[in-house]
Order: sequence, then C-alpha cells, then structure tokens
Amino acid sequence: MSLFLRLLFRNRLAGFGAVVLGVIVVLALLTPILPLHPPNETNTANRFLPPMSEGHLLGTDHLGRDLLSRLLWGTRLSLAVGFAAALIAGLAGAAIGVIAGYFGGRTDNVTMRGIDMLMAFPYILLALAIVAVLGPGLLNALIAVAVVNIPFFARNIRGITVGIAHREFIDAARLAGMGHTRILLSEVVPNVVPVVVIAMSTTIGWMILETAGLSFLGLGSQPPQADLGSMLGEARSALITAPHTSIVPGVMILLIVMSVNLLGDGIRDALDPRLRSGALARPMAATRVDRREVPAPRDEGLLRIDALETQFQVGKRTYKAVNKVSLDLKPGECLGLIGESGSGKSVTALSVMGLVASPPGVITGGAVRLEGQDLIGAPYELLRSLRGKRVAYIFQDPLSTLHPLYRIGDQLIEAIRVHEPVSHAEAQKRAVKLLEDVRIPNAAGRVGAFPHELSGGMRQRVGIAMALANDPDIIIADEPTTALDVTVQAQILALLDELRQRRGLAILFITHDFGVVGQLCDRVAVMYGGRIVETGPTQEVLEAPAHPYTRRLIACVPELGEGRRILAAIPGLPPAVDQLPEGCAFAPRCDKAQDACRRGEIELKGKNRQVRCLYPEVAP
Amino acid sequence: MGGYILKRLLSAIPVLLGITVIVFLIMAMIPGDPATAILGSYATPENVARLNRFLGLDEPLWRQYFIWLGNMLQGDFGRSFALNRPVLDEILDRFSATLILAGTAFVLCAVLGIIAGTVSAARQYGFADKAITFVVILGISVPSFFLGMMMILLFAVQLRWFPVSGMYSIWGGGDLPDLIRHLTMPAIALSVVATGVVARLSRGAMLEVLRQDFIRTARAKGVHERRVIWGHALRAAMVSIIPVLGIQAGFVLSGAVYIEMVFQWPGVGRMLVDAILKRDILLVQGGVVFIAACYVGFNIVVDVAQAWLDPRIKT
Repeated sequence: MSLFLRLLFRNRLAGFGAVVLGVIVVLALLTPILPLHPPNETNTANRFLPPMSEGHLLGTDHLGRDLLSRLLWGTRLSLAVGFAAALIAGLAGAAIGVIAGYFGGRTDNVTMRGIDMLMAFPYILLALAIVAVLGPGLLNALIAVAVVNIPFFARNIRGITVGIAHREFIDAARLAGMGHTRILLSEVVPNVVPVVVIAMSTTIGWMILETAGLSFLGLGSQPPQADLGSMLGEARSALITAPHTSIVPGVMILLIVMSVNLLGDGIRDALDPRLRSGALARPMAATRVDRREVPAPRDEGLLRIDALETQFQVGKRTYKAVNKVSLDLKPGECLGLIGESGSGKSVTALSVMGLVASPPGVITGGAVRLEGQDLIGAPYELLRSLRGKRVAYIFQDPLSTLHPLYRIGDQLIEAIRVHEPVSHAEAQKRAVKLLEDVRIPNAAGRVGAFPHELSGGMRQRVGIAMALANDPDIIIADEPTTALDVTVQAQILALLDELRQRRGLAILFITHDFGVVGQLCDRVAVMYGGRIVETGPTQEVLEAPAHPYTRRLIACVPELGEGRRILAAIPGLPPAVDQLPEGCAFAPRCDKAQDACRRGEIELKGKNRQVRCLYPEVAP
Repeated sequence: MGGYILKRLLSAIPVLLGITVIVFLIMAMIPGDPATAILGSYATPENVARLNRFLGLDEPLWRQYFIWLGNMLQGDFGRSFALNRPVLDEILDRFSATLILAGTAFVLCAVLGIIAGTVSAARQYGFADKAITFVVILGISVPSFFLGMMMILLFAVQLRWFPVSGMYSIWGGGDLPDLIRHLTMPAIALSVVATGVVARLSRGAMLEVLRQDFIRTARAKGVHERRVIWGHALRAAMVSIIPVLGIQAGFVLSGAVYIEMVFQWPGVGRMLVDAILKRDILLVQGGVVFIAACYVGFNIVVDVAQAWLDPRIKT
C-alpha cells in the first residue's frame, strides 16, 4: 500500500489531481457551515454583479443570487450525483456481470445479448429515452446516467468472473458442498471488488460530466435547486452580457473532471506492473550511444567489433549484457557466436547496426567498424543507409518478425526500393527472383501471400530472401533456425551455406546449438555472461575445447547413433548480468574452479585460439 | 469479402429488432395516457377513448408493437402531434444537419487524434509527448457545451471570426462557404473530447506495436524511421484503433445533442430534447430508433473496414 501511494505521488500530475480534488471535496463537505449567502436568496437589485463585488466574491447571477454560494452548493450536488451514479452503475453492472460470468451457458448468453443491445445505442439516446419516460428531474437524470453505464461494468466484470469461475478454488468450494450464493459471496465477489473500484474511479468523472450535461439540457435538476450543469444552462442566455455566470460553473466542472481523470490515470498506472518496469517504453530508431573512449582502429577484417559494451539500464540497475566483446569477420567467412540464453550473443549482434531496443539499451563503449568506418555513434542516416544494404539481418521467429499485414512481395519490394531507386515493376520482378533463389515453390504466386498464409519454414525463407534483397556483404543471422522443426532446420542451414558459397557472403551466425555451428561455421566464438570465453576454428574447438564451459556445452549436443553417452546438462543457471561475480563468471558452475578463479580480471589469452581460463582443458 | 459483408448485415437484424423492442418497452412505461396528453386535461372521456382507438392504443401491447414495427418498415413512423407533420419527414430534415456536424467532427477527431497519438508515441517522454498528453487530458475533461460557450465568447463575440450560431445566415448565404463558417466552431467543439480519447488510445496502441519484432525487422531493412512510424507501426496499430473509432462515433453523435443546443444547430439532437420537454412521444420513439439504426449501420462499416485492413480476420 505504501509502495502504491509512493508510485501514485511520484506521478506529479496524479498528485496534483489528488490535491485539487481533495480541496474541492473538503469545500463541498464544509459548504453548510461556511458563512455564505443562502444559495436561493434572490435580490433583483443586484443582478449580474461582476466578480469581486462587495459581499459577493464571484458576483451574482440573473436573479441576483450569490454565485459563490450557488457554486459550492452546486458542486456538492454534482459530486454527490456523480458518485451515486457511479456507485449504482458499478453495483448493478457488477451484479449482472458476476451472475452472467459465474453461471455461464444460457444465463450468460441471454444477459450479454441484452447488454449488447443496450450498447448498440449511442449513450445519450438511451439516457434521453429514460428521462422522457421518467420526466425531467435530477433523480431521474441520475438513474438515466447510471443505467446507461451499467453495460460497461457488466461487460468488464463478466470477463473477469469468467476467468475466476474456472479456477481451482471455485471447484474446491463446489466440491466442499457450498451453495452458489455462498460461493459467489465468499469466493467470487472479493476477487472482483478491486476491479469494480478501479473501474468506478476512472468513470466517476465521466458520470459527473454526463449528469451535468443532462442538467444543462434542462432535463436534470429543476429550479431553484441547481447543480453545476443547470447553473451553466441557466447562464447560457446571458453568455454575452455576463460571461462570468457561465465561466464560474464551467471551470468548476472542468476542474473536478480533470482532477478525477488525473487521479484515475495515476491509480491505473501505479497498479500496472508493465509501466513500473518500463516495459512500455518504445525503442528508438537507433540504440543510444554513451561511450567515453573509442578503441584505436585496427586494420584487418571486413567487420571488426572492438571491446563492445552494451548495457541495459533499468531503474537503478545496470545489466552488462555485452562486456568488452571483440570479434572479427572476414569476407566470405562464417563465424558462429554461441552461448546459452542470456549470454549476450543476440545483443552483440543487434548492437552492430544499432538495433538494440533503447530504452533500456545503451552502448557504453567499444567500436564496430565496417571496413574501417565506425558504426557506433554514426549519424542515423548513415546507419540506415547501411542497414540491409551492406549488413542484413535474419531473425529468429519469422511469424513475429515479418509484418503481419503486408504481403510478403510488398515487404521484399520495400527492402529493395529503400536502397535503390528502381521502379515498382522492376522491384517486383526482383522480388520473385529472390523468392526463387531461396527455393520457394511457385514464387510468382506467393508474392501476394500474407505471412500467416505460409508455413514456418517458408516464412523463414522469406526472411532470408529479404536479407539478400540488396546483395549485402554481411548477414547477421540471429538464431534463424531455432523456431523451426528439425527437418526444416536442416534445409534452411543448407540454403544458407549454399548462398554463402555462391555469393561470397560473410555470416555472423548466432546460435545456442553446437550441432548447427559444426555444419556451417569456419570459426566459432563462445559467449558466457556477456563475455567471449573461447574462440578458434570450429573443428579444433569441437575436437578439443579449451574452456570448461565450452566442453560442457558440446557435451549437451546429442549425437545420432551414440545412445550410450549420458547427456550432460550444465548444473546451475547462467549468471544475472547485473551482479556479475569477480573473476570468472562460470566459476560457480565449474567443477575445476579454484580460489584464483574468483579473483581479479581473467584475460583472453592466445592468438589463433583464445581462451579466458586459468586452468584450460588444453593449452591454447 | 462479399460474404463477410453479407454475414455482418444479417447479424445486424436481431440487433435492430432488439433496439425497437427496447425503445418500445421504455416508451410503453410512460405513465399517463398519450391521448390525454394530446387533448389536454379538459378533454371528455369519449374524446379520449376515440383518440385512443384512433391511435391504436386500445390494442394489447404486443399487437401495438407489431403494428408500430410494421408501419416503420413501410416508412411510416407516425405523426408528431407537436409539429403536426410526419415524424420521418421531420427526422430526415433534421438528421442531415446532424450528419454534417457529427460527420465533420468525427473526421476531425479521427485524423487529429491518430496524428496526435502517433506523434506522442514516437516522441515518448519528449516535449511533444508531454505537450500532447497535457492537451489531451484537458480535452477529455472539458464539457463540450462549456467549451462551445467559451468559443462563442472568444471567436464569435470578441474576435468576430465566426457567426455565433445557426447553420446558415438568414440573409444571403446558404452556400458552402456560409455553411463552413457556421460549421467550424461547433464541429471543433464537438470533436475535442473524442480527439482526446482517440489520441490516448492511438498512443497506447502505437507504443504496443513499436515494441514488436516486425518493427525491428523494418529498421534492420533500412526503412526510413518516418516510414517505420507512419507506415509499418501505424498500419499495425490501426487494427486496434479502428474499433475505438466505432465507439467514438457513438460519443460524437451523443455529444452533438449538447453542441446543437449551444450553437442552435437545427439537428436531430435538439429535436429530441424539445420533443422530450413537449412529451412528443412518437417523435422521440422514431428519432431514437432511427439514430440507433444509423449507428448500427455505421458499426457495420467499421467492422468491414477492420476486416479489409486485417487479412487475418477470417470471413
């Protein structure tokens, strides 16, 4: 609760709303004991006195009545009516929703059909119809507003009740022989109450507005009694000659409704865990860069990643996802980057073209050089012109990575035309050719398909075709086969290998599967806890892993026909990268760890083969 | 697509019937006797009975309903006793004015709301986002009738940019520029609340979409950021924005009642309020059914637009 209040008041607007609403409510409560003129005391000699007149702080209205007094009494009435309407609508709607949701079946069907019918009316029609029946009057307006809002509550609460009605504790209560009434009152209702309260707090402003509206039309409170709406309605005829009589009640309605809305928003946000964790932040066009020093350029390589550091900054915590990673990729080479989930391999790959979601991602150090040109901190337009043109990506799950509402042909055509000013027809022709290149049967017919109309393997072929669209030098494949089943996986790998040979592509291949690395990659780099722990030619690393982690990772790959070996899972979990231990990050899970492993910085040693270990399995 | 439209049209029939039943039942609950209301309290019992027979009010309730429904289906909504003309004629005359006002306001709220929400999401926590969020909060909290009155004070009385009220000038006018001059203020006043709501929901929908993987794919292809936002992201967000537009259409239609009062716009909302105050039941009944039916029709259009935008909706 105190956390909730803290969150609520951290939101300055919500705090402002709470204070304003508090002041208004206190004033409304105190109205009867404040030294005010009676609200209905007319004095035609003092008609339309301006504000700040003697004895009348806000002036007087068309009958010479004191506006301040009428304002406070009217506020009292409006608040009470709005609150009552919300309460009635909330209770009645919740009762209907709970019953429909709990009993289900025909009860549910018939009730919800009725509710749907009510929702087919624009709300004011229904309210007007009800007032037409009951006759104008504040109480009738209140009833109309409440009735009109019942469907909203009934629908929401029904949805929640349906969710609860199928939970185990309800079944348990039923088996224990409890009757429906008791189950409803003791099990269902307590779970629904918080939702009703929140829904009420967010709609109460709306109810005040609606009743004020009916009063404004002359269908609500009748003279001499006046709520804010009818004050405004009466003042309308003198709008031009005495505008203050309109402005005073109007501003009060605005203040009340705004403070209720601000407070309601604040309550909703404070209760939303996604907002609290910052998960609702949208990623910017390129990853934020905040780096102190730039490593000196080295010459060799097509793509050089130097001491790259990428972090996620969430609240006060810093997750060092990529910690001084250096890699290089030569033309036509396939480099495997391997590690468990959370080892930082995908973040390394995404950092290259500034695609790490930011916020919360920040690149805090290092350099990524494409033929000597540093991409970290490069102007957005430069980065964009290289994305897809020279460095292209293939992502893991092709269902979520292709735009669901664009035809695949159009997605390919877009990829081409972003970088090359060719005609639509020409691009279309090339798109078909690309689909043929990735072995999609009936390519010309498939360009008009939507992603959901293709199988997973076909979708990934489209993903690959899109990466090839501009004949890039480098493809970064981020677990492209993980979401596919094994036979399709093999086909996709064969396709990638063939394309590499034919087009001279350099591939950075991210995976967690040593089996895949063995099929495709010339060299391999093993990542753990955000750092490279071993690199070397694939064959050598596979045959004689130097780092204990690599050895354990290779032991995880099942091999066909060798049923006798024990599949060794690595005990323990990968480290949380916001509190990395000193020394080797793998030490807590390593069976060879010594005291020295838990102290100081351990270097990545070696030339052709490198390993970050004090006690390697083989000498590097 | 044709099949989907047909299906959607057929599913509207029970809703429309339900609407007539609800309206009929509400109206049947009115205390007192319409014949007495028409003839006044000094009418002789014989005259009241004759009028009741003439109006069909001596029939049982269910028969009254079917007679009323049958007449409506033939275009006969009855006769307004206060105006002494056919209800349908009056509704059609007034409805065109409401349609112009509410239609303009609806287009305004959809276009401005979506643009504001998208800008706000794209600049999340930036100055534009904060400014838009503030204006939106203000917009959804201000009663439209009060806003309309303040606009009259400022833009019509003080600055004299626009006429105070009405739909056409009394002398001269009657052409399109005249209509536009009269329409500007009420349409804006009417659209403000809905614009705020649409902007809010568009911002939320955009933020949701911008975190999706396919946005990253678009960026990885090298698509310009402007196209990522206004093309890829907005297109996907429209799937959740369009249903909101359907709901907002109902609110705009509702708000039109207030705005028509404030600006003396000769629309169907003012007609209804007058009819209620005069207890002109047939006019209220016919007006409510007619507007509700139009609203149901509009929601079908919204659903069809939705299905057209999202190929994943199976027909």
